[in-house]
Amino acid sequence: MSTMLKYQEKELKIVGTRPLRPDGVDKVTGRARFGADYNLPGQLIGKVLRSPHAHARIKSIDTSAALALPGVKAVVTREDFAEMPDEMAAVGELMINFRDVTRNMMAREKVLYDGHPLAAVAAVSESVARAALALIKVEYEILPHVIDVVAAMKAGAPLLNEKQYTAGVKPKPDHPSNVAKRLEYGHGDLAAGFKQAEVIIEREFNTKPVHQGYIEPQACLASYSADGQAELWTSTQGHFVFRAQCAKVLQMEVSRIRVTPTEIGGGFGGKNNIYNEPLAIALSRKSNRPVKMVTTREEVFRGTGPTPGANVKVKIGCTRDGKITAAEAELNFQAGAFPGSPVNQASMCAFTRYDLANVRVVGHDVTVNRPKVAAYRAPGAPIAVFGVESVIDEMAKKLGMDPIDFRLKNAAKEGTQTYYGPKLGPVGYVQTLEAARAHPHYRAPLGPNQGRGVATGFWFNIGNETTCSLNLQEDGTLTLMLGTIDVAGGSRASMAMMVAEELGVEFERVRPIVGDTSSLGFNFLTAGSRSTFASGMACVIAARQMIEKLRQRVAKIREVPAEAVAWKDGRAQPADAGVAQFAPMTLAEIARMGGKTGGTIAGHAEINAQGAGPGFGAHIVDVEVDKQTGAVKILRYTVVQDVGKAIHPAYVEGQMQGGAAQGIGWALNEEYVYGDDGILQNPGFLDYRIPVASDLPRIDTVIVEVPNPNHPYGVRGCGEVPIIPPMAAIANAIENATGLRLREQPFSPPRVLKAIDDAAAAKG
Amino acid sequence: MARNHVSATVNGDQVEFLCETGQTLLDVLRDELRLTGTKEGCGTGDCGACSVMVDGRLVCSCLMLAVEAEGKAIQTIEGMSAGEALHPLQRKFVEHAALQCGICTPGILIAARALLARNPDPSEAEVRFWLAGNLCRCTGYHKIVDAVLDAAREMRGA
Amino acid sequence: MARIALSSSLAPYTDGVLELELEVANVRQLFQALGERYPELRSHLEAGIAVAIDNEIYQDALLQPIDRDSEVILITKIAGG
Repeated sequence: MSTMLKYQEKELKIVGTRPLRPDGVDKVTGRARFGADYNLPGQLIGKVLRSPHAHARIKSIDTSAALALPGVKAVVTREDFAEMPDEMAAVGELMINFRDVTRNMMAREKVLYDGHPLAAVAAVSESVARAALALIKVEYEILPHVIDVVAAMKAGAPLLNEKQYTAGVKPKPDHPSNVAKRLEYGHGDLAAGFKQAEVIIEREFNTKPVHQGYIEPQACLASYSADGQAELWTSTQGHFVFRAQCAKVLQMEVSRIRVTPTEIGGGFGGKNNIYNEPLAIALSRKSNRPVKMVTTREEVFRGTGPTPGANVKVKIGCTRDGKITAAEAELNFQAGAFPGSPVNQASMCAFTRYDLANVRVVGHDVTVNRPKVAAYRAPGAPIAVFGVESVIDEMAKKLGMDPIDFRLKNAAKEGTQTYYGPKLGPVGYVQTLEAARAHPHYRAPLGPNQGRGVATGFWFNIGNETTCSLNLQEDGTLTLMLGTIDVAGGSRASMAMMVAEELGVEFERVRPIVGDTSSLGFNFLTAGSRSTFASGMACVIAARQMIEKLRQRVAKIREVPAEAVAWKDGRAQPADAGVAQFAPMTLAEIARMGGKTGGTIAGHAEINAQGAGPGFGAHIVDVEVDKQTGAVKILRYTVVQDVGKAIHPAYVEGQMQGGAAQGIGWALNEEYVYGDDGILQNPGFLDYRIPVASDLPRIDTVIVEVPNPNHPYGVRGCGEVPIIPPMAAIANAIENATGLRLREQPFSPPRVLKAIDDAAAAKG
Repeated sequence: MARNHVSATVNGDQVEFLCETGQTLLDVLRDELRLTGTKEGCGTGDCGACSVMVDGRLVCSCLMLAVEAEGKAIQTIEGMSAGEALHPLQRKFVEHAALQCGICTPGILIAARALLARNPDPSEAEVRFWLAGNLCRCTGYHKIVDAVLDAAREMRGA
Repeated sequence: MARIALSSSLAPYTDGVLELELEVANVRQLFQALGERYPELRSHLEAGIAVAIDNEIYQDALLQPIDRDSEVILITKIAGG
């Protein structure tokens, strides 16, 4: 049964305030334990051998010398993992092609990217493990590689998978292709729409892959017992999903693996997928000892999924008075070594901020010799929106319209027909645009070489399977067991706040923890901006169930009818002056009597939360361009976003600021640099430049609240929207400052300088 | 391979440990001394998550060999609070929500304390440039800067 | 009969048919009926299809009821990061 709990406006005591998070002290004292902080007696250290080639057939792997090295206790290769059929299989609620999962985790016939794992060892120390890797002999037949998406789409490009034919094309093609899938969305009559247009702008954009950049590399610890049970500690966004995938590739029953999620040092979508976990379990099984595997930063860059790089074409047609009559886009996304880029979601997000009668988006999912891409905060959307919002900006300028007024004139609202199917419910796009326009930032004066840019973003947000358990302890305090990983520290607090609000008790009385996979039923990943929405809904249901049980119990204890008992201000009280009267009971009093009157009192929920509400955001950025160096400095940044309801405003602000900062890095400096040999040249934080404290100004936030009617407190997700606008906003600001339009990301000093020099040369 | 014997002081306590010549101070703090509050984010001195104090100097422990710790006084995040009493910086970080995932937090706190020890009244720009060696991917640094400036204010004697 | 529409991206799997009417009482029956009519669509239905019923989006809600005069739209599932 799917669950939706309707929004009820009411006076709030705790929701919307800023209590201290329950895990805060542990995090500021170094006491909190992240993935690499766990150790077991007798543990071995596991390390992975990775391909030094972008594309090669594996002719043989000889591990005998490695196995013979003293201190090496186990080695695994493709021989140790079952073949998986080429079909979609249900895992939790994801449908995944395990043929690809098992190959990404450990290569079988071919290595498909620089960094692709093909063997792993477990040894008594890290230095012995490294020495063992060096003793593994691999015979490669090097193959031509392709890393550029446009090149990979052409006929005659080196093929990663000779059995891959483009899906979604009729009739079915007769040659294999690196284009794994073609998809198309749209409605209306595009040709007629462009005919109606008085101004048409058509542009092409290119982006590079960027990494989620979580500061904590992946780390896990596995302990396999001879009776076939495995324990796994790992830094993950979804311990139930990891359990399911490990069980599948290792051919184990799901409940024989107990996954304890550690604290997670950043994920942003990049920790939605297994990497070393099955290798660690397999090594533990073979060596009969616990195996700890910690990834290095270089391995994170070479082996874990970044976003796609992409080629994007956008064409928009407009009447002179500012009405968009037609919009078209083509999105060509790198999927990396296996299919599955987020081109589908990017296609759905590209134009959704606008009410369009005639629109078409075509997307291609293209395999290339790079690591398999992983999700990154609103996957795919920032790339598509970079193109669309840049063209929107150009259009506004050409028409002589204010950029926000132009967007308002075409804005999507409640009831707008999307081009991917349904109509939008109540949404806050207009409100965020108006709040941005009203903000003092929008009218602040600008100096020489300075410019201002605006861009907007949309993300769907999701719900999905969620469980939780709320228990009343014998002293009247409550423990709240959650199944949704708390990636940023705010959700544990927000769940406890909602429970405290429902029960009418102080926030500190509710102690939230995230349970392991044996403690609760299946929970989906913390991704898709879903945790406060879905887990919040589950917690409210559990709290309301507990209140019902409390009322029933008090009725029995006080020997009055159940209708006479109301739950108010944290106590059971007489419901009505006229009906039966009784002495009120506090939670502590009920708890003390609980065991003797029928058992302890608990509430729980197992739901599939539906009714997530989409979020919209609008960003304003001021930049200054140094014409000598090409450096772009961010002077001022404002994030306006509709979050439905900010349960804990400080953590909502944190999501808005953090997402914007990632988007700024994506715009200005971040990119994967590959040589012609297909080898990654910058797998480290020195040359893969993420924003540092001195790169950024204060990031002002404006929280707009248009309640989601399908959540008891009106919550929409908020984590993903803020990464979507920055690239376009900054490109628009650079144009405003210099007259130069940049369509190749990142806008790093060499590229900006080149644009300045090219423009000067063209003039003179 | 023979291991080296090292004596040092960590957070005021005398310690002794064995280490391979190639192990870093970070490796030893975490794996031999089991002080896991100091984190490895990159291993190449670029992220600052491994920041510690060595004889009063702010150092990336991943760039220092463990054998170099012989006779030195090292301070890690575990020594920052005094029993149950948090350092003002630690308190302000929690109050200002200046941390999200928390992985960079120990390194930033050590670095921020080092800043305030030499400059008790830094400007916002000085805070930002001092902390430029500590990467944070979650917060965008806004609330971190607010927390440091607020802690500085309190420590100056409000 | 419920009015069923399919997101334009599903056209390749239904020979271009994007609108039809079906007598179905819940999402599972809808998938069964569609899967029988369009075998190429079947794998996509279980794998990655969400359903909007009268403009409320449902993912993985096989037993969600569909009323006689509901408007139903099939769209691809959303995941996030």
